[in-house]
Amino acid sequence: MKQSRIAPWIGVIFGAIYFLVPLIATFEFSLRMERGRYSFEAYRIVLGDPNFQASFGYSAFIAVCTIIVGVALVVPTAYVVQLKLPKLRPVIEFLTLLPLVIPAIVIVFGYLRMYNSSSWLPLTGSARGTDVLLTFSYVTLALPYMYRSVDTGLRAIDVRTLTEAAQSLGSSWPRILLTVILPNVRVAVLSGSFLTFAIVIGEFTMASLLNRPAFGPYLQLIGANRAYEPAALAIIAFAITWACMGLINLFGAMGQQTQRR
Amino acid sequence: MAFLSIEKLVKTFGTQTTVKGVDLAVERGEFVTLLGPSGCGKTTILRMVAGFETATSGTIRIDGKDVTDLKPNQRNIGMVFQAYALFPNMSVADNIAFGLKVAKKSSAEIAARVKEMLELIKLPQLGERYPYQLSGGQQQRVALARALAVKPQILLLDEPLSALDAKIRISLRDEIRAVQRSLGITTIFVTHDQEEALSMSDRICVMNEGHIEQLGTPFEVYNYPTTRFVASFVGTLNIVNGKVADSATGKLLVDGQEIVTSRSLNGASTGDALSLALRPEALTMGRANGLSNNLDGTIDEVHFLGSVVRIRVKFKDSAISLDTFNKPHLPPPERGQPVTVNFGREDILVLDGAPN
Ligand SMILES: Nc1ncnc2c1ncn2[C@@H]1O[C@H](COP(=O)(O)OP(=O)(O)O)[C@@H](O)[C@H]1O
Ligand SMILES: [Mg+2]
Repeated sequence: MKQSRIAPWIGVIFGAIYFLVPLIATFEFSLRMERGRYSFEAYRIVLGDPNFQASFGYSAFIAVCTIIVGVALVVPTAYVVQLKLPKLRPVIEFLTLLPLVIPAIVIVFGYLRMYNSSSWLPLTGSARGTDVLLTFSYVTLALPYMYRSVDTGLRAIDVRTLTEAAQSLGSSWPRILLTVILPNVRVAVLSGSFLTFAIVIGEFTMASLLNRPAFGPYLQLIGANRAYEPAALAIIAFAITWACMGLINLFGAMGQQTQRR
Repeated sequence: MAFLSIEKLVKTFGTQTTVKGVDLAVERGEFVTLLGPSGCGKTTILRMVAGFETATSGTIRIDGKDVTDLKPNQRNIGMVFQAYALFPNMSVADNIAFGLKVAKKSSAEIAARVKEMLELIKLPQLGERYPYQLSGGQQQRVALARALAVKPQILLLDEPLSALDAKIRISLRDEIRAVQRSLGITTIFVTHDQEEALSMSDRICVMNEGHIEQLGTPFEVYNYPTTRFVASFVGTLNIVNGKVADSATGKLLVDGQEIVTSRSLNGASTGDALSLALRPEALTMGRANGLSNNLDGTIDEVHFLGSVVRIRVKFKDSAISLDTFNKPHLPPPERGQPVTVNFGREDILVLDGAPN
C-alpha cells in the first residue's frame, strides 16, 4: 500500500525538478542584470524595446488572423464530416495530423517553390502576400490542435438532432452553423484558439524563412546577441503560453457549467 | 382527400428495405400513432415525412401538395425528438422563438407568441431558464412549444416520452393530447408502448417489419386484431394453438378439449390448425354453463400485482393468463391446483397465420 504511493510521488517530484529547476534558474538569471542585486532591469529593457513591441504585435495580429481562418475552415469541415460523412473521419483525421509529421521546414520550402515570385500565384512577391502565406501556413501548423479540439466539442453535443430540430424550424445551413452549432462548441473553439495563439507566438521556422518580422525570429535574434534579455524574454513567452493554457481551463470549466444536462 | 397522405412509401438502406410500401391517410386534426417494435421502421417513416430522409419511392402529400422531394426547412412541419433536442445555448424563450426568428416575425409578435406558448405548456415562469436547468418532462414540453410556435401544418413526435420517468410519462401523455386537441393540429406520434398508443390515439397504425399490420381505432385494434402479430403486440394477449373440428358450426379443439367460437373462421376448413387469441380480461375462473366455453387445466403461476392478481393456467401444450381482482378475504389459488377457465363464444379471436 505504502510502496505503491511512493512510486508515483517520486515520479511527480522528478518531473517537477526536471521542469522547474531550469525555469527557476532562467528566472533567477534574468533578474541579475544589475551587478550585485536582483532587479527587473532586463524586463524593462525588453518590454521597452520597440522591436519587441512591433514583433509581438505582428505575431499577435497574425495569430488572430490564423484563428479566424482556422475556425472558418475547421468548424464547417468537422461539422459536415460528423453529420454527413462519418466514413471520411479517419481520412480527415489523418490529414489534420500531417503537420505534426511533416517538419515545418519541409512545408515552408514547399510553399516557397509553389508561391515564389515567378510562380502562378506569387504570394511571396509582396509583404502582404507573404503575410497571407504565413497565416495559411500557421493554419496548417495549428490544424491538428484546432481540428481535434473542435471535433471533440462536436462529439459532446447531439449534432444531428440539433441540426434536424433547427431544419424543421425552417433554418438554413449557414444559420444553423452560426446560431446553433458554433455557440455550442464555443469552448472547444476557444481552447483550439488559445493553442493556436501559443503556437503562432513562438513559431520561428516559417516566419524566419519567409522573412517576416515575427516574434519568433526576434527571440532568436536577441538570444544570439544579448545575455540577460533572452532569459527575460523566455520567461515572458512562457508566461504568455501559460496564460493561454489557463484561459483554456477557465473557459473549459465555464463551458461545463452552462452545458451540463 | 386526407390532409396527410402517404402512398406506396418505400425506403431502402443499402440492401435492407426498412419501409416496404406503406399507405397511410391522416385526416385534418387527427392524432395517429405508429405503433410497433423497435426497428420496424417507424422513425424512418417519420423522418421521410419531415424530409430528413428521402423516400426511395412513393409520395407524401400534405394538404394536396406533393412534398416528397422538398427540403426539411421548406415543409412547415413541427418535430419533437426522443432525445432532448433543445438548443443548449439558448434560454427556453429563445428556443421557442427560434423558428419565429427564422421566419422573420416582428419582435413584438415573437414575444407575444412565446408568452402564449409558455402558457400553453403551463410553464409561464420559466422563459429565462436554460435547458440544463429543466427536468426531462419540462424539456419535452418546451420542445413541444418550440415545434408548435411556428404553427406547423403537421406535428411529428418520435417517442417523445420514452426517456422520462413512468409518472411523468403518463401525465405528459394527457398533456400532449390536450394541447393537440386544443390546437386541432394533425399529428403523427411514434411509440413502441401499446398503452401509450391505446390511451392517446384517434387511430393506431400497428407496424411490423416495415409494413402496416393493421390500422384502426384503439378499440378496434385492441378488440379485433386481424393478425397474430397485432394480437400479440397490442395488450397482453393469450395465444393458443387450436384445430378446426367443424368449420360449419365453429367447433374447435384446444388441447383435445372442444370449444365453440361465434366468430368467423376466416375461411379455414375442418382439420386446419389455427391461432386463437383470448384477452386476459375475458377469462373467468370456474365452470360456466350454457353457451360459454370451458377449458380444464392446472394453475402454473400466480402473480400478485396489487389490485389485480394475474394467474397463469397451463394446458397440455399451451398456457394462458387471466386476471382476477384482488379480494382481501379470499386468498389467491395455489400452484398445481386443478382449475377450470371459462369464456364466451364471442371472446375467441381467430387470427390470420398458422401457429408457430
Ligand atoms: N440512416 C440509416 N442507415 C442505415 N440503416 C438505417 C438508417 N436509419 C435506419 N436504419 C435501419 O432501419 C431500420 C428501422 O429503423 P427505425 O425506423 O429507426 O425503426 P424504429 O423507429 O421503428 O425503431 C433499423 O434496422 C435501422 O438499422
Ligand atoms: Mg425509432
